[in-house]
Amino acid sequence: MYIIIIGLGKVGQLLTHYLSNEGHDVVVIDEVQKKVEDAVNQYDVLGLSGNGANYDILLEAGVEKADTVISVTTSDELNILAGLISKKLGAKHTIARVRNPDYSHKKDFLRDQLGFSLIVNPELETANEIRRTITFPSVLKIDVFAKGKVELVELKIDHGIRLEKRKLSQLSQITKSNVLICAVKRDEEVMIPNGNFELQYNDHIYVTGSHKDLSRFCLEVGFINQVIKNVMIVGGSKIAFYLARQLSVQGIQTKIIETNESRCIELSQKLPYATIINADGSDEDILLEEGIQQSDALVCLTGLDEENVILALLGKKLGVNKTIAKVNRLSLNSILDQIGLDCIVDPKLIVASEIIGYLRAKANNDESSSVQTLYKIVNDQVEAVEFIVNEKTKHLNQSLMTIDIKPHILIAGILRNNQMIVPKGQDVLEIGDRIIIVTAHSRLQKLNDIFED
Amino acid sequence: MNRKMIFYTLGKMLKMEGILLLLPFLTGLIYRESVSIYYFIVAVLSYVLGHLMAIHPPKNKTIYAREGFLIVALSWISLSIFGAIPFYISGEIPSYLDAFFEIVSGFTTTGSSILTDVEKLSHAALFWRSFSHWIGGMGILVFVVAFLPDATGTTLHILKAEMPGPIVGKLVSKVRVTSQLLYKIYAILTIVEVVLLMLGGMPFFDSLLNSFGTAGTGGFAIKNASIGFYDSAYFDGVITVFMILFGINFNLIYFVFIKKFATAFRSEELKWYLGIITCAIIAITFNIMHMYPSIVDAFRFAAFQVGSIITTTGYVTADYGQWPLFSQIVLVILMFVGACAGSTGGGIKVSRIVIYLKNALAEMKRMVHPHSVVSIKFENQHVNSTTVNNIHTYLVLYFVVFFASLLVISLQNIDFTSAFSAVTTCINNVGPGLSVVGPVGNFSSLSDLSKIVLCFDMLVGRLEIFPILMIFSKSLWKR
Repeated sequence: MYIIIIGLGKVGQLLTHYLSNEGHDVVVIDEVQKKVEDAVNQYDVLGLSGNGANYDILLEAGVEKADTVISVTTSDELNILAGLISKKLGAKHTIARVRNPDYSHKKDFLRDQLGFSLIVNPELETANEIRRTITFPSVLKIDVFAKGKVELVELKIDHGIRLEKRKLSQLSQITKSNVLICAVKRDEEVMIPNGNFELQYNDHIYVTGSHKDLSRFCLEVGFINQVIKNVMIVGGSKIAFYLARQLSVQGIQTKIIETNESRCIELSQKLPYATIINADGSDEDILLEEGIQQSDALVCLTGLDEENVILALLGKKLGVNKTIAKVNRLSLNSILDQIGLDCIVDPKLIVASEIIGYLRAKANNDESSSVQTLYKIVNDQVEAVEFIVNEKTKHLNQSLMTIDIKPHILIAGILRNNQMIVPKGQDVLEIGDRIIIVTAHSRLQKLNDIFED
Repeated sequence: MNRKMIFYTLGKMLKMEGILLLLPFLTGLIYRESVSIYYFIVAVLSYVLGHLMAIHPPKNKTIYAREGFLIVALSWISLSIFGAIPFYISGEIPSYLDAFFEIVSGFTTTGSSILTDVEKLSHAALFWRSFSHWIGGMGILVFVVAFLPDATGTTLHILKAEMPGPIVGKLVSKVRVTSQLLYKIYAILTIVEVVLLMLGGMPFFDSLLNSFGTAGTGGFAIKNASIGFYDSAYFDGVITVFMILFGINFNLIYFVFIKKFATAFRSEELKWYLGIITCAIIAITFNIMHMYPSIVDAFRFAAFQVGSIITTTGYVTADYGQWPLFSQIVLVILMFVGACAGSTGGGIKVSRIVIYLKNALAEMKRMVHPHSVVSIKFENQHVNSTTVNNIHTYLVLYFVVFFASLLVISLQNIDFTSAFSAVTTCINNVGPGLSVVGPVGNFSSLSDLSKIVLCFDMLVGRLEIFPILMIFSKSLWKR
């Protein structure tokens, strides 16, 4: 695909990294010459410096033959304008990041009248992600497949979990639930485990299954799955706003602590059900006073990564079951895991994965099978991809035992007639199945790529 | 530093050289020459060695600028070391150092020769000499990048270190496709020249080899009298036009290919380049008019010589050593100016010269108005201070190498003109110099030390100084 990326901020760079590695023709545009040079030196892309909404610059970038134009500059207006111009100049798809809810709340209009294929709002996506994790508290991270029918969750093996020092082949003795452990992260290494794999303390496991089975699995192996009733949010950012609104719909009580008074007033007007506290959330006394010990979850969403991390640690110390911190600097992730902070959300990564998932689905529309959803898990080392089986798929109706599948690839689940099947040796692929593949290989483009021949 | 990747890329390069060496072997087979077997031996040797080195691709394929420089420098040195072996073991060039000089001169597209009589060489040797121009002109590593599957974004560092010119621009977003396009344009132009020369009645073998020399702006002739041997205005004309064409930035030629004529002809560097050529031709034509029967003849020889020297090809049709001093000095100046950036030519490059001049004018303005803000524009774009700094450093190092080489060569106690022009011609990859090393002379009389120094100069000139000099820099080798 021929892709133009406008804006080389963190999201732009992430997208450049993934898309150029996947072999697309990428052109990047940014106002700052230095950023363009860095991108060109690091990745196999063409760089242009200038305003991405400029007619001439877009033409120079080859917009008329572009499959997709992604505008992710800091300015919403520029992103929308660049998308509109590109569309008029002949770009097939346009994707824009729009933060301001004033612009983005009418998504239908943006899509149908202005021709945008996708509008991403990082704050909203992040709030969605946090909400999902909060509703499933023993889980560090949740991704959904097949329109929510199948979930992929990350869990950490703590002391007292019945999986510790057990082989995977013994799993059926411990739990009757219909789930599959499809990847394990130990220290920094990621493995696609087989039956002889023995789980240890501090391993992170990635499990697929339906929501019901996963809940049962958690219960049976000893993960505490207490229902969350009240949530404390530190920092009254846009994410906090979206999150509080969504949680209040589910009947969860929220409390937002924010230092800026006028922002507090604004929030209190928009969020009648939430409690808004005007105080410094990094002050331990304030947190105690507002009853942090009684809270089921603490979500740290201030503008500073460091503050979020420290607050989350403090929350852990004070006995909060579930702490979530927003961290923008991805490179910190490996350290954060070591200090015991395991639930991290990164808006940039969330936006980038959403865009990439969308592009993959588009890129493969006419291939033999197409990517439906894609998640990068375990610090991007593993991908979970959803495909639909169709008539072009090889090895239809053959039992899985007899098919040679490439190494480091695992079929993590088959969804047939809305029923999740955990694949066993005698199962077969049928037309219309949605199948979920977990792979340590990058760049799985189509379903047939998983077969050895 | 990613040593494994350097080693691996060197292996790939040697494999490629092994494959390329089969071409002179085939040429030898066609002409039923026994020497061709040596090319086959070296081809196998080079391929096997390269294969062993590249048998395990390294896990970490990321390379940065420093690996890029090192890969390029080491590749060119090992390329020449292997390329010289067939000349030596076949006995056509009895001394290995001479053979090395000859092939370095070939790959760097210099065209300076130590041979006194090229006509007695075998067809295989002649082919390999001229073919080395063709490969060296666009760059062996560009070739490797173009035709090997595992090129990543970071291979741009290799291209940057190998391609001539201060700013390397990609044609399309992928390095590999860019390299392929460059070689396609290169090959098409070469074929067109071959056809045109054959239409004029030149034998196929001659037109092919002369085209290789033109395309790489190399200048190894296959006749002792160079292009002058054919004594045909038609051949002179075709070769002049193609020499000048190969001295143009390939990005511009690409624009012509995709029919963006306006973008191509708007180029500032092209205007300067053609302007300099026109002025030089006019000046020399009038200066040498009295030596030839008509002004048309004078123009023909002047144009050929100017085209040959500014693009640093080094073909000759007339002994310009006999021309008036003024014409000779004009040619020496052209040697320094060189061709356009991004072409196959050598020299300092027109774009650098233009930026030097603009910067000098701007600096003078700044002296008069100390608070003024003056920005330099080239190709309608602001030239940032890093680029200006870089090209000035280039000039300083250029002259350091130049005068250091001159000093060493002077130990041999030859006359000033010969010593000066030998260094000039080698560092700028031109070919012939003046006096002893002039258009009718050659480099065979120089001492071994001088030849080594000139080999070094040729590599320094072709790779634009930095990669070769960096081998001697401590910080490059540090982890």
